[in-house]
Amino acid sequence: MSSLQEPSIAEQVVPDRGRLGAVRILLPVVVLAAAIAAWSLVVRINHIPPYVLPGPGAVFRTLISDWPILSRSLEITLQTTVEGFAAAAVGGIALALLFNQSKWVEYSLFPYAVILQVTPVIAIAPLLLIYLPQQTAVIACAWIVGFFPVLSNTTLGLNSVDRNLAGLFRLYGASRIQTLRFLKLPAALPYILGGLRIAGGLSLIGAVVAEIAAGSAGAGSGLAYRIAESGYRLNIPRMFAALLLLSVAGIVIYGLLALTSHLALRRWHESAVGKEN
Amino acid sequence: MAEPAALSGPEAGVAGLAVRLRGVTKVYDSGVAALGPLDLEVRQGEFVSLLGPSGCGKSTALRLIAGLNAPTSGTVGVARRGDRARAGHAIGFVFQEPTLMPWTTVRENVRLPLRLSGTPPREANARVDEAVAQVGLSEFARALPRELSGGMKMRVSLARALVTDPDILLMDEPFAALDEITRFRLNNDLLSLWRNLRKTVIFVTHSVFESVFLSQRVIVMTARPGRIGAEIAIDATEPRGEDFRTSTEYAGFCRRVSQALAPSYPRQTDL
Repeated sequence: MSSLQEPSIAEQVVPDRGRLGAVRILLPVVVLAAAIAAWSLVVRINHIPPYVLPGPGAVFRTLISDWPILSRSLEITLQTTVEGFAAAAVGGIALALLFNQSKWVEYSLFPYAVILQVTPVIAIAPLLLIYLPQQTAVIACAWIVGFFPVLSNTTLGLNSVDRNLAGLFRLYGASRIQTLRFLKLPAALPYILGGLRIAGGLSLIGAVVAEIAAGSAGAGSGLAYRIAESGYRLNIPRMFAALLLLSVAGIVIYGLLALTSHLALRRWHESAVGKEN
Repeated sequence: MAEPAALSGPEAGVAGLAVRLRGVTKVYDSGVAALGPLDLEVRQGEFVSLLGPSGCGKSTALRLIAGLNAPTSGTVGVARRGDRARAGHAIGFVFQEPTLMPWTTVRENVRLPLRLSGTPPREANARVDEAVAQVGLSEFARALPRELSGGMKMRVSLARALVTDPDILLMDEPFAALDEITRFRLNNDLLSLWRNLRKTVIFVTHSVFESVFLSQRVIVMTARPGRIGAEIAIDATEPRGEDFRTSTEYAGFCRRVSQALAPSYPRQTDL
């Protein structure tokens, strides 16, 4: 048998991906530049006052001048988001594992997970703010919107294990823990990472919603609170600056999670392999 | 999981039986009668093929022997060496698809049964190396499944089945999805492995040519619910090699098996 020569590893075709990649980065940048230019032009030509619509320059100058306040707010919002995200990740995965081990638990609790998900968080936030300390309530909001995608994706992943592989594990007398560790978790990893990617963005939304709901009642001073506060004071450039920071934070969170997912899966999973070779 | 009852008494050792099915039937939850009643005896060290049309219950029979499913009625007996710590070790199973874990290497895939049984790492390493070498993949031990061709993946699957040194090897149409050239090679290699290792092999296939080339005995099964339609001993000149594949002797056996298979062709309305 050893004398046999199997065909060697398939030659990997490398199409002209470099140019395509450059175009994919360049095009959105061009669109952004054009939009900023148009915005600036509209403000200047129509002499729109900054308290109605500030130009991009004014927003940028505010971002610099108000940086001490805004950076502090950014820090607070990010901290809430990260804590909410971590809680969502841990809670979602743990609950999915529990559901996977016991149908009884799944049937008992799953409907409530759905109810928590479909009830708008903006409607829950004021209640949470009454019963919980403000910082806890804000994190709870971030958790509520973030945990469901993790839960449902992880559940899907754990149930998507190859039937024959599962049979093989039974044949060799694998314990539940072994099946979980060597089969179900690795097989579910792409799904879990997909869920986390969605949960990252949602946690930011949850944090912002809770901060807005807390509003003037709270002592918090996250970015959303800054936006609300600046609105009352007609400090429109600062509103835009805070909004800009929120967007950037969302993009960075998504980018980091997408990168993590790619690095974890690039060796074997179709979704990541395609980009590499 | 339903444990196949171990063959006990004089039948296990003296008669040298590896597997015995008595009046085995399988009716699925959907109400489909897939199999039987089926009586089947396989001697230790024998190479038996189950041949039949799609849906005749060949794979079901194999899954019952492996203990992956429980029979609706009847008994499934599988001989076991006394020194086996765990039931699963006595049987190696090769599925129709390679059924590899895509996230890990050839080595780790082959190691899986040993890892699950808690074999000490040093012993496991040696056995994994041996099994990988047996199927001629030593150079690819660190490759991931996606980097391998279809035939190579099937070899990994075979190595994984061999790594526990099972008494019985159950193979469920393992080469059906491969091209003919690769299949011929794997047939040759499987035969030489069988000659060297002296395992009992039960091989499910829907290829007349493959069943004749490999087996000492071909069991032709009828359409659903699967029963034994005919048994044909392939007492050809040993050892069989490429010469056998083109011999008139081989053609003669193929003709006999094909004729035995003809009554179990599906009716035209079923196609």
